[in-house]
Amino acid sequence: MSEESSVQPRRYAVVGNPNCGKTTLFNALTGLRQKVGNYPGVTVEKKSGYFIGQHGEKIELLDLPGSYSLSAHAPDERVTRNVLLGLRSDTARPDRVLCVVDASHLERNLYFITQVLELGLPSIIALNMVDLAEAGGVFIDAKKLSEKLGVPVIPCQAQHRETLLPLKLALSRAEMERSNWALAFPSALMRAVDTLAALSAKNELLSLAIQSDENSKQRDPLIRVKSMLLLTAPDVEIELLAAELHMSSALGVAVAQRVMLDRELPTWREELIGVRYEQINKTCQTSQGRSTITNDETTHRLDEILTHPFWGWVGFLGIMSLMFVSIFVVAAYPMEWIEKGFDLLGDGIKGILPAGDLRDLLSDGVVAGIGGVITFLPQILVLFFFIGLLEDTGYMARAAFLMDRVMSKVGLHGKSFIPLLSSYACAIPGIMATRTIENAKDRLVTILVAPLMSCSARLPVYALMIAALFPAGAVSVWTKGAIMMGLYLFGTVAALAFAWLFKKTILRGETPIFLMELPPYRCPAIKHIFLQMFQRASMFLKRAGTVILGISILLWFLASFPKVKTESFSGEPDKAEQLDQSYAGHLGHFLEPVIAPLGFDWKMGIGLVAAQAAREVFISTLAIIYHVEGDEKEVKENSSFLRLTLLKEKRSNGLPVYTPLTCLSLLVFFVLSMQCISTLAVVRRETNSLRWPIFQFCYMTGAAYLASLLVYQGGMLLGFH
Amino acid sequence: MFYSLSDLKPGDRAIVRALPQDQLLATRLREMGLLSGTEVSYVRKAPLGDPLEIKVRGYSLSLRLKDAAAIQVEKIS
Repeated sequence: MSEESSVQPRRYAVVGNPNCGKTTLFNALTGLRQKVGNYPGVTVEKKSGYFIGQHGEKIELLDLPGSYSLSAHAPDERVTRNVLLGLRSDTARPDRVLCVVDASHLERNLYFITQVLELGLPSIIALNMVDLAEAGGVFIDAKKLSEKLGVPVIPCQAQHRETLLPLKLALSRAEMERSNWALAFPSALMRAVDTLAALSAKNELLSLAIQSDENSKQRDPLIRVKSMLLLTAPDVEIELLAAELHMSSALGVAVAQRVMLDRELPTWREELIGVRYEQINKTCQTSQGRSTITNDETTHRLDEILTHPFWGWVGFLGIMSLMFVSIFVVAAYPMEWIEKGFDLLGDGIKGILPAGDLRDLLSDGVVAGIGGVITFLPQILVLFFFIGLLEDTGYMARAAFLMDRVMSKVGLHGKSFIPLLSSYACAIPGIMATRTIENAKDRLVTILVAPLMSCSARLPVYALMIAALFPAGAVSVWTKGAIMMGLYLFGTVAALAFAWLFKKTILRGETPIFLMELPPYRCPAIKHIFLQMFQRASMFLKRAGTVILGISILLWFLASFPKVKTESFSGEPDKAEQLDQSYAGHLGHFLEPVIAPLGFDWKMGIGLVAAQAAREVFISTLAIIYHVEGDEKEVKENSSFLRLTLLKEKRSNGLPVYTPLTCLSLLVFFVLSMQCISTLAVVRRETNSLRWPIFQFCYMTGAAYLASLLVYQGGMLLGFH
Repeated sequence: MFYSLSDLKPGDRAIVRALPQDQLLATRLREMGLLSGTEVSYVRKAPLGDPLEIKVRGYSLSLRLKDAAAIQVEKIS
């Protein structure tokens, strides 16, 4: 291992089409030696890792997002292109490229890979899934393919680690050839590229003045590729692309060349892509027994069922319910243990430390705050396990296929469905799951409306208010269930309505093109799913955890200061009085005139302030305000004490506070309002801006206020109270 | 006889003859392997009638009805 430092580390970019097994291969090569982060400015995951090569040297791999083309139409494809072209200041241009190719779909895979080969970087092709290809009757002669493409082609199966040794050896090679792959474009097109490349080379030389042989060997193909990309960019993208490629000075010439091409060779856009596919086709024919898998029987049969007009929905509902039940039921056990554990820890601290602010800060602020974060963890793990499973098996694309019609009605993509559904459990994993949506605006809209889906933290509030609304025995359990359903439905309709509104207004843009590959069904690699699940979970802890902890401490401070003078001998001030006199209490009083038109009094105001940390805190806060005696946990589990207290509560004019109308108004408020600092923290991270979480908070709270106002005042007018 | 890709029925095979006028859409379709002269087969419609699934170059691609309507094909009998 001591030699490790003496050898220059090699940096490979790992590229390939989506669904080619690229990330599985990356995981198999690097194991746990991985670092996961984000590319600054975009919500694209940045994964890098390393393994130790044949001679003890460190070989670094950077897993770039899956792409179909270097022209890059989605944000993550753009990251891939810009890293490969050395345009990202935060990521150095890799020295070498590991191209991953799905052997069973060679033709389409090679479209992108040949574009990458033309960059002139030393490259290796990993011919993945050879087993699946052979099972489908496709036998690829790796040697012949390697001759044609001018780089080593190494067959492997990412799911089976023992097949990876030849690939590891190849990656450890000290010297590697550059591909001599070149396309025979029509001469008019070649001339246009030459003109543009010559101009850009001149511009670059003027500005950089570097002229070593090694540099020019690497630079020439790079400039040609950049020129080609600029020349062929769609009209709507060309200006932006020129800036991104640092070729704005060549934009005029590029446009002139395009005009000339339109005249000389009207079909040049078609030819450009056609020539590549033709040459790939020839390459494939000389090197494989059959051009592509003609029919994948298993996938076809499964899809006959899973996308069937009737059985498709049965399967869909079955899979979704299984996911849901697991999130609510399976995750409930560890959540309970975690909660109990943190309660014990808090009690333990109370037992050890002397009474005082430090003790309260630790037990009520720090421990409760960390506990609040970690309690989410089981749900997040279970959800990510399912998402990983759905992605790996290929069902995720089918879910989007089934739901696209519905989602397109509000201007979204089928892929927004799973994140929204996940948000019923908790908006945080739901928002993190939006990463599968390529279109940046669609992703943002999905993030903005996700918290409107009623999450599990609203459940206790709903339950308490419904119980207060209808005393035991007044209506049947079914009615209560129907009201609960109604609340969930209300949230869902609101989410879709706001999505539609945002797509029509602030996030307007051309409807994204929906072109989605339906990958063949595959057996999932459980190891890979677990790895991904834990990476995402640890990212959540790191990102949301720190903010949530900070806010919990702040809220603890607001509720505990200024201290009331205690008159009792026990030294423990009365909890309700403490809360009343605290900053949070003042805030509640301060808010009263604002929330009075909704039917809320200042005590509910305090509850609403406290609920900003997390919705379920509303209940424990009410319990403290209304002097509900007894174990806090008992209150949580059995809300009847609290419910009875609430019903007895009177306003100054002697009328009850918790009338059915007030309860309904409060319920509507909770459905719509944004009361979750953790979610805001995650949105801040995912959108890389403060603007969107602030906007989200404002629009949701505003909508909640208006809706509650409408319910309460409307109800009063109609004679309810 | 030319049809729109969206007019085909499950099991139909056809040769692509013309791509949509929209430049961006046409480019993306071509990059995904759908060019003039490429053979495609129509697999199915989604249960709600949109999008649809086709097979091209050995893989399954789904696209919306309105985009498929802009692709001209010639049926193979």
